[in-house]
Amino acid sequence: MTQQPGTQTAIRVQRAGPLALLQDRGRFGVRHLGVTQGGPADSYSWAWANYLAGNSWGSACLEITFGGLQLIAERDLEIAIAGADLGATLDGQPVPLWQRITWKEGQKLAFATPESGLRTYLSVRGGFAAEPVMGSVACVGREQLGGFDGWGSKLADGDQLAIHSPERKPAEGMTEAPDQARQDFRKAPVLELLPGAQIGEFTGRSLYDAFNTWWRVDDRADRMGVRLLGPKLQCRIGSLVSEGINLGGVQVPPDGQPIALLNDRQTIGGYPRLGALSPLSASRLAQCLPGQEVRLVARGSGPVLREYRNFLALFRAG
Amino acid sequence: MSGSLADALPRLESAGLDGWMVRLFEEIDEANLAWITALARHCESAFGEALVDLVPSYTTLMVIFDPVRLSPSEAREIIARVLTDLEPEEAIGTGQVHELPTFYDPSVGPDLERVAEHTGMTVEEVIDCHSGKTYRVFALGFAPGFAFMGLTDPRLECPRLDTPRQKVPVGSVAIAARQTAAYPTVTPGGWNLLGRTSARLFDREREGFSLLRVGDEVRFVSVSREEFERQGGDPTPMEAAG
Repeated sequence: MTQQPGTQTAIRVQRAGPLALLQDRGRFGVRHLGVTQGGPADSYSWAWANYLAGNSWGSACLEITFGGLQLIAERDLEIAIAGADLGATLDGQPVPLWQRITWKEGQKLAFATPESGLRTYLSVRGGFAAEPVMGSVACVGREQLGGFDGWGSKLADGDQLAIHSPERKPAEGMTEAPDQARQDFRKAPVLELLPGAQIGEFTGRSLYDAFNTWWRVDDRADRMGVRLLGPKLQCRIGSLVSEGINLGGVQVPPDGQPIALLNDRQTIGGYPRLGALSPLSASRLAQCLPGQEVRLVARGSGPVLREYRNFLALFRAG
Repeated sequence: MSGSLADALPRLESAGLDGWMVRLFEEIDEANLAWITALARHCESAFGEALVDLVPSYTTLMVIFDPVRLSPSEAREIIARVLTDLEPEEAIGTGQVHELPTFYDPSVGPDLERVAEHTGMTVEEVIDCHSGKTYRVFALGFAPGFAFMGLTDPRLECPRLDTPRQKVPVGSVAIAARQTAAYPTVTPGGWNLLGRTSARLFDREREGFSLLRVGDEVRFVSVSREEFERQGGDPTPMEAAG
């Protein structure tokens, strides 16, 4: 790893844990080449972490899945952690989430195991620094793209993490998220689905089941997609000629168990789809642990668009 | 739009809050590409800054736009306008025929002999059959730079492996059903491997990254082991999977 100008080594990885990945907003303009989107699985929490740390939209955060990560600050840092409660502590003292805090040189920031949710986002004022690959530092292991090394590697013990040198002026904006913005990931979520073209090909019984069942999150769940377990959905079409798949697309393979596709999904696929989750519902699903229950609700694009634009307006302004 | 398309097509289908699926055709056909690539090019200029991504495939184009700049209905209107005067492109893709030097040999194409047996041809006939046709790139997907090409000669048709290999080497040239492909990176894979190309299919340092684009034409050119190595190919043999 070569040090770029305007960056500084700031953090040492004492223990990497199962999965910690560098994620900016993702890789765009390259999906026609078969390159996936990447980016934060929970863009809602990621956006809050950046905002509270005083960073602009799109800055790179660490996405910490499940916990187990231990980091040592090599200088005084301003940070924010938003998303799952993974039992984070600073030198053994519990760390408040959803607000800006100071992490002093030499202190150990440790993540334990999930109390609520699955993924948390650590943002450091200035933003993590790495060389972009195809326009992004988003880390996708399967494609060997992005991350701190450029080759899609997750964090490893002993890594030194660089950040962009923060501006001297103090960060503006809120330093603490209002209560209503902090999500309770223990609550079973209702996920908004915009119906897609093949929805009429599912049997009436299957459509009833799709929207009136508590679906259980399978343990086959990762950044590519989340499989839901429940009644078998039947579709009159078995497979399609492969076509593009958008974020949140809910496909139903012949076994009748839906799969909601997330950031690292393949770019094209050929299973019929119920539709696509709204971007914020896809983020919410990414916080579900295996065994957790979710509901699907069909929505028109109007209210979903208003909600999403309100969300983006807070973070993308300026 | 021209009467060469079926009545109910093209059709715009919701692909979520920030996407439309433009369905132009029902069936796979090489002639589709001239329309799909034309639509992609016109969407680029019509959407301008509001365009996020375009995903062309066999029969469709998925258009992803910025939902802050455009609502789904506004995006739909733009696509509908583009479709109104769409004409197929005369020169599609990069317009060039890519020649992929390929070393066909059981050492790097562990399914070559089984394919020969399955198709009732000799190994030489399989090689001639595969290298004797110019293919069209229908879609990129599965992995960065992985191009689905076709259609292969009907005599070469053969199913995927029952159990995919965990690691298919870079450059492996493969067939499945009536399509062919070359693996740009090491990935799992369930296609039948016939040989290996020395062509660099995906390169993060190269302008455009992927050698092949949707609509491009591709020929596999049979070369000797010496020529393959001279062009930078890796002849490390691969044992046939179980």
